[in-house]
Amino acid sequence: MKYLYFALLLAPAAGLTADVPPQVSAQQFVDLQQGNSSFAGFRRAHAKGLCVTGEFRANGNLADYSKASLFKAGTTPFTGRLSIAGNNPTAPDLKAPVRSLALSFALSRTEQWRLAMNTPPVMAVADPHTFYQQIQAIQAGPAAIKQFFAEHPESSEFSAWAGQYQPSGSFAAETYHSINAFYLVNAGGDQHAVRWAMQPTVSVAATDLKDDDALHQEISSRIAAKPVVFDWVFTLAEPTDDETNPTKAWPASRQQINAGQIVLTGTTAQLEGDCHAINFDPLVLPSGITATADPILRARSAAYAESYRRRAKEQLHGALEGSNNE
Amino acid sequence: MSNSDRFSLSMRLFHWGMAALVVSMLAAGLLMITSLQPWQLTLLTAHKAFGVIAIILVMARLINRLRHRLPPLPGDLSAAQQWGAKASHWLLYGLLFAMPLSGYLMQYFAGRPIELFGWFRLPAALQVDIHNYALFRELHGWLAIALIGVIALHVGAALHHHFVRKDNVLKSML
Ligand code: HEM
Ligand code: HEM
Repeated sequence: MKYLYFALLLAPAAGLTADVPPQVSAQQFVDLQQGNSSFAGFRRAHAKGLCVTGEFRANGNLADYSKASLFKAGTTPFTGRLSIAGNNPTAPDLKAPVRSLALSFALSRTEQWRLAMNTPPVMAVADPHTFYQQIQAIQAGPAAIKQFFAEHPESSEFSAWAGQYQPSGSFAAETYHSINAFYLVNAGGDQHAVRWAMQPTVSVAATDLKDDDALHQEISSRIAAKPVVFDWVFTLAEPTDDETNPTKAWPASRQQINAGQIVLTGTTAQLEGDCHAINFDPLVLPSGITATADPILRARSAAYAESYRRRAKEQLHGALEGSNNE
Repeated sequence: MSNSDRFSLSMRLFHWGMAALVVSMLAAGLLMITSLQPWQLTLLTAHKAFGVIAIILVMARLINRLRHRLPPLPGDLSAAQQWGAKASHWLLYGLLFAMPLSGYLMQYFAGRPIELFGWFRLPAALQVDIHNYALFRELHGWLAIALIGVIALHVGAALHHHFVRKDNVLKSML
């Protein structure tokens, strides 16, 4: 079966694959992500990371757009996680193409919000089945991914971003994007499509450290010395913008609202902290925020649940014996 | 058929209403855990909301059952068959109760509040407990398999009564 997909992928007759990609299940997707070596008890994607704690200091600017309680002026604590993309919890930090920030707000017993954000502002593809092919191409090597991008013109904005992106020397100096759009809903029932980004307030030059844990060590000592701050900036769509297509950025002229600051105040190794137990499924939403019809966004819940189920079961069976999460 | 040979109207309505609900819930559950389609989130949200309705219905149904007389089983059933019929019915009630309860507890420990048709939300733990999540997640899956098995037995027995033994057991529920 794998070879069949492979053959299709490399087929010069691009029309075969470009139109309707073979439909994959959540289980197939997570199988592909975890690859041949799965690390029992760890996430199947973004396996390497560390827990962060901190608070959101809202300035109230977004309160008219969403009734979610955290946007009223004031502070709300969160549990978060900084990570790198990939299935290996011991991978070298600086080799990862994507860095990530995830947040979990437990606003009340009935209102929770999970966010999982990455460094690229857009996806290369617009649906999970084509995304599956993209990951196959990445796993197959540079020639395959080059051909994949050539066969998928929708990846042009992503490629342009990747071509100019300079990884910084710190998790603190990256911009983390929602990529997918969501709707904000206010008390009057008005709905606005938005994307958001966590924008850094420091810049840090690329590091020449070779250590596998360079970014983990850097951020731990940085936060121990001084809180790390991001601005939480929302971009509001106009009616002409497509909120269901994660491969296209909206024009730079769109209204932006700074909702406040995300302040990271503490770090803990992932197996010692609270973040490991959390499934940062971005479809866990509080009142005042709803999901768009973006097919990538809508595919995330089932895949995250499958990964979470696998690692939770492994942990129940003793996979992480000895860590504080046991 | 005299009235005492038949289940009361309320019991028949509960029976067929819940049969439709539970079969849909099983199908939805099996479908949504594999699907990456855009409707997955809609189905998942509906699964949880209707699952909560199922637990309310099964409680109402049990209370209703205890307040009604049941038509007697056919007199020619052996003691073992009588016992089997009763045991399988209580097993069904047990599963109908444990199924939604395990679903809710799985979501509770994963820190995922349940939204009911936009009316209100059921509480979840503020602090995620991955052990208890894993326990109830796996339980929900195993109970589903058990429920499918018992439903198959139940349907098989009803058809056996009707077509082979040609007694009134199936008709008493129609
Ligand atoms: C169809 C598209 C996607 C699929 C199938 C997918 C799949 C996954 C899976 C299986 C996990 C592990 C979950 C766990 O065990 O807790 C994960 C984690 C994560 N994903 Fe995705 N993902 C998708 C798109 C995205 C997008 C668009 C973003 C960013 C905007 C993103 C950001 C993240 C982050 C930050 C994490 C790590 C969260 C943490 O620290 O626990 N993913 N993803
Ligand atoms: C009569 C009641 C119910 C039935 C028959 C039922 C049936 C199922 C089935 C068959 C599955 C697939 C399980 C598997 O193959 O492992 C499932 C999954 C699930 N059920 Fe239920 N369920 C019921 C009630 C509930 C309730 C009340 C909730 C929550 C409030 C719930 C939440 C879930 C969730 C979240 C999943 C997917 C978990 C995942 O993706 O990992 N269920 N259900």
